[in-house]
Amino acid sequence: MIQEKTNTDSQTATNKNVPVIEIKDLYKSFGKNEVLKGINLSVNKGENLVILGRSGSGKSITIKCLVGLVVADKGEIKVFDTDITKIDTNELNEIRIRIGFLFQNAALYDSMSVRENLGFTLKRHVKGLSPKELELEIREVLENVGLADAIDKMPSELSGGMRKRIGLARTLILKPEIVLYDEPTTGLDTITSREISELLLDIQKKNKTTSIIITHDMACAKHTSDRLMILKDGVIHAEGSYEELEKSDDEWVRSFFS
Amino acid sequence: MIIYLKNIFNDVGKVTLFTTQFFREVFTPPYEIKEFIKQCYIIGYKSLPLVTITGFIMGLVLTLQSRPTLAKFGAESWLPGMVALSLIREIAPVITALICAGKISSGIGAELGSMKVTEQIDAMEVAAINPYKYLVVTRILATTIMVPLLVIFADGIGMYGGYIGLNMHSDVTLFRYTSQVLESITFLDIFPATIKTFFFGFFIGMIGCYKGYMAANGTESVGKAANSAVVTASLTIFIIDMIAVQLTDLFF
Repeated sequence: MIQEKTNTDSQTATNKNVPVIEIKDLYKSFGKNEVLKGINLSVNKGENLVILGRSGSGKSITIKCLVGLVVADKGEIKVFDTDITKIDTNELNEIRIRIGFLFQNAALYDSMSVRENLGFTLKRHVKGLSPKELELEIREVLENVGLADAIDKMPSELSGGMRKRIGLARTLILKPEIVLYDEPTTGLDTITSREISELLLDIQKKNKTTSIIITHDMACAKHTSDRLMILKDGVIHAEGSYEELEKSDDEWVRSFFS
Repeated sequence: MIIYLKNIFNDVGKVTLFTTQFFREVFTPPYEIKEFIKQCYIIGYKSLPLVTITGFIMGLVLTLQSRPTLAKFGAESWLPGMVALSLIREIAPVITALICAGKISSGIGAELGSMKVTEQIDAMEVAAINPYKYLVVTRILATTIMVPLLVIFADGIGMYGGYIGLNMHSDVTLFRYTSQVLESITFLDIFPATIKTFFFGFFIGMIGCYKGYMAANGTESVGKAANSAVVTASLTIFIIDMIAVQLTDLFF
C-alpha cells in the first residue's frame, strides 16, 4: 500500500532557506523551436519538487540542463551554489557525482550484467574498494530497491519495473544529494507505478535527498510531491502544493487533476 | 545547393573535431585497459573465422585463375611468387579491410547508435564517466591494432590457399612453395602494405564510432548509422589505398 506523505513539512521548513538548485531565466532553443523561454525555479534542501506539463513542454530539457547534458542558450543554473554554465568539464563532473539521474527507460548498459551496471560507476569514483567491499555495496543498494536476487541478470532479462528499480539502484549507488527522476513511472502498470512511487519516498526519507520528479502520473505526483510546478509553452505556468493546484481557478491547470 | 554545401562543411567540421578529440583523449589517464582488451578480443579474435575463410579462398582462387595464363608462357614456376606479391601488396589488405568494414564498422555503428538512442551514453556522462574515452578511444585503438594483425594472418592463410591451389594441378612440397614465396618478396613489398593497414584499421574504427555516436534519436537512426558506417568505411578504404599506392610509387 502506498505510504501517505508523512509530515516532512517540519524538515522542509528547517531547510527552506537553503536552496540547492536555483535556475534563473533559462532559455533553450533547438533551431527555430524555442523550448524553454525563461524558466525560474529553486528547490530547497530535502524538498521533492514535481514538474508537470504536456509532452514537449520542456520538462526533460530543464533537468538535462541541470546536469549539463543539454547546454542552455542563456540563463543561470546554480547547483550547490555553483553556476554550472560557467565551469569546465572536470568541475562539472565533481558536481555530477553528487547528482543522481534516473532516465525514462532506466538506460541500463545492455552489455553488462546488473552487478557490472552498478559496479561500473562505483569502481570509477570510489577508489581503493576491495572486490569484497564492492560486492557488499552493490548488494546493499540492490536490497534497498528489493532486487537482491537480480544481481547476475542481464538487462534484457528484466521487466520494465525491474529495470526502473535497477536504474534507481545505479542512480543511488554513489549516495547522491540530489536525485532527478525523468518520468519514473511511465510505461508501468498501476501497481508497479505505486511501488516505484513508494520507493522514491522511502529513498528521500532514508537518504534525505533533494528531488525533482518529472511525471505525467498524477498518483505519483500526489504521493511524492512537496511542491508542484506546471510548465506551459516553455515557462512555469503554475506553482503550489498538490491541494492548491487541484483547486486552482485556472481551468487548464485543473485539467491535469481531472 | 547552399544548404547541401553547408551540410558538407558541417560534417567535415564534426568529423575533424571527433578525430581531434581521439588524439587528445588517447594519451590522458584514466586508461580503459580492460575495455580495450575486451574490444581487441571482439574485433580481432571473433573476426578470425571470417578472415580465415576469405583469406584461404583469395589465395586458392588467385592461384587457380592465374595458372592457365602463366602456363601458356611456361612460367608456372612464377606462380607462388606472383600470388604472394598480389596478396601481400594489395588483395589481402584491401579485402580484409573491406570485410572488417562490413563486420566491425557496422557493428560499432549499430552498438553505439543504440546506446545513444537508449540514453546509455547520456547515463555515462551524468555519472561523470567520459563516454568518449570508454567507448570510442578503446574501439578505435582496438581496430587500429587488430586490423593489421588480421591482414598479416590473411596473408599467411591466403598463401596456404595458394599452395593448395597449386597442388591441384602439380606436385609441389610446402617447403619448396614457401622458399619460392620468400625468394620473391622483399621488405619493400611488406612495409608499405603493412603501414596502410594501420590507417585502414583507424578509419574503420573511427567511422563506425562517429556514425554511432552521432546517431539522432529514434530507432531508425541505428540502422542508418550501421549502414552509413559500412558505406563510408568501404569508400574510405579505397581512397586510402589509392593514396598509399601513389605514395609508395613516389618514394620506393
